[in-house]
Amino acid sequence: MQLALGPAQYYWPRTDINQFYEQMLSTPLDILYLGELVCGKRHQLRAADWLELAQQLAEVSDKQIVLSTLTLLESNADFNWVRKICDNGQLLVEANDLSAVQLLAEAGLPFTCGPAVNIYNQHTLAQLMSLGMTRWTAPVEMSARQLEEVLNACDKKPEVEVFAYGHMPLAYSARCFTARHLGLDKDNCDYRCMEYPHGLPLESQEGEELFVINGIQTLSGEPTNLLRHYKQLCELGIDILRLSPQWQQMEQIIDAFDRARRDDLDPELLPPGVDGYWCGRPGLELIARSGSGAQA
Amino acid sequence: MELVCPAGSLPALEAAVDNGADAVYIGFNDETNARNFGGLNFNDKNALRALERIRNRGRKLFVAINTYAKPDSFSRWQAAVDRAAGLNADAVILADIGLMGYARDKHPDLSLHLSVQASATSAPALEFYRQQFGIRRAVLPRVLSLKQVQQLAAASKVELEVFGFGSLCIMAEGRCHLSSYVTGESPNQNGVCSPAKAVEWRNAASGLETRLNGVLIDRFAEDENAGYPTLCKGRFMVDGKRQHALEEPTSLNSMALLPELKAAGIQAIKLEGRQRSPAYVAQIVRTWREAIDEVLRRGADFAVKESWRETLSKNSEGKQTTLGAYDRPWQ
Repeated sequence: MQLALGPAQYYWPRTDINQFYEQMLSTPLDILYLGELVCGKRHQLRAADWLELAQQLAEVSDKQIVLSTLTLLESNADFNWVRKICDNGQLLVEANDLSAVQLLAEAGLPFTCGPAVNIYNQHTLAQLMSLGMTRWTAPVEMSARQLEEVLNACDKKPEVEVFAYGHMPLAYSARCFTARHLGLDKDNCDYRCMEYPHGLPLESQEGEELFVINGIQTLSGEPTNLLRHYKQLCELGIDILRLSPQWQQMEQIIDAFDRARRDDLDPELLPPGVDGYWCGRPGLELIARSGSGAQA
Repeated sequence: MELVCPAGSLPALEAAVDNGADAVYIGFNDETNARNFGGLNFNDKNALRALERIRNRGRKLFVAINTYAKPDSFSRWQAAVDRAAGLNADAVILADIGLMGYARDKHPDLSLHLSVQASATSAPALEFYRQQFGIRRAVLPRVLSLKQVQQLAAASKVELEVFGFGSLCIMAEGRCHLSSYVTGESPNQNGVCSPAKAVEWRNAASGLETRLNGVLIDRFAEDENAGYPTLCKGRFMVDGKRQHALEEPTSLNSMALLPELKAAGIQAIKLEGRQRSPAYVAQIVRTWREAIDEVLRRGADFAVKESWRETLSKNSEGKQTTLGAYDRPWQ
């Protein structure tokens, strides 16, 4: 089982981003995804800066470095950003929308597909593999059973990656909800989402943590946590577990999953989070509770 | 400019045709379509009747098969495409790449439209679907500003259809899991958002509450209109402030942009609302028919008539409308 650091979702200052990835080099992660996933306006690192950082990391580390593209493209500027990433000439690219798939397939390059590309069945998987997709990160709402059905029906399997820890990306909008909350126009947002390195929690009027607002993106209020399902993930033939970057406790999260692959699984190392999607239930539910073991 | 109208039932289809629809889109009564609500949509017998009425009046019939096929029941989605082809529908509206491959191979003469659920927002994304599957038309997501729509129209090699009026999805369509996160039922796989069976209306001491799978979506004072608990239109707490953090109950209305959309070369306007009544369909279709005829006559001198505005507002969520993402300040 390989461990991957997914692309960062939040907007962090440049120095913090550099420092964060520097720290990640000394972890047991196998794969690092880098790039702006959420908002083409974010400019602490532009496309060229991400490319430079990725190339630097690739030079000094034997981890696989993958460049991720924007998820929701709206403007020509967004598209040009994606084109620069796809044209990098060196590193594997994770396509997060069909624009990137088109560019990469036309160039005859291998590519991976992120969880926001809607691959829900074996036929879609086969179509995209015929165009060069080598790795598939399943949509976050897919269950273990559905994944198994897809993989059982595949003649040829890609590498399979599952979003295993972190706040799940649930939605993308034209509207910036952080700007809306602050009473600002998106065009004059002052990049205030940088003030929320963990996003902005949205609760029900009864205090239930429902979602996290992160610019134009909405994340799950609770992190998904599939650590308790580690054995099942292995049995299903999952190749890679994606851990989503967060500002604090990232090393502990990586360590907890690394221990699992060294036969030292301890679910108590991490907060319980949620696992509803994995179990075929509403995403916000927690099914495999403490002490109940890694039941599907 | 083609007026594409919704029908969740035969009476709604008749209302659409009677009031000036150029094309009507329907779905089969299962999870292969994105308005999979109880009592709605068409079985084989009614689909045939629908076709007969459409043909008698010289209009077009589109069939929306626009959810993502589940791995254990792909054959159900294939069968839906076969049924639409068997009807000789004028087009099928698809989102799933695997299903488009099936339609291309099995029914090469069937016209394919790319559903809004596929969330194609750039010329290369549209080109992907054109090259791979020969799509003739794409429905654009409700996330683009007018300027972005114009730029895309200039670059696109396929016909473009945009939303004119109806419920406003504020998230990029096909990329929203809010409903499945809370209820387990997803627009992508089940064809429902905030499903009725998960909805609860509860009279509490603090007012009327709406809940979705037990989660409090909103709480209304006596003088407030209680809306359907769609997740993106609930009132939540952010930073201690109670607010419509994502969006207020409102409907999309792009009628004021008709001259610009026409000048940009947009070939079709879509009205949302297969879940709505025949009376609703009749009113909004008649209003949009008049407006499109007017813009064809008057071009840039087109102005939205007060009576149209009133009819549309009356039929809107929260009795209000917005230009949505077409208008930058909304974003």
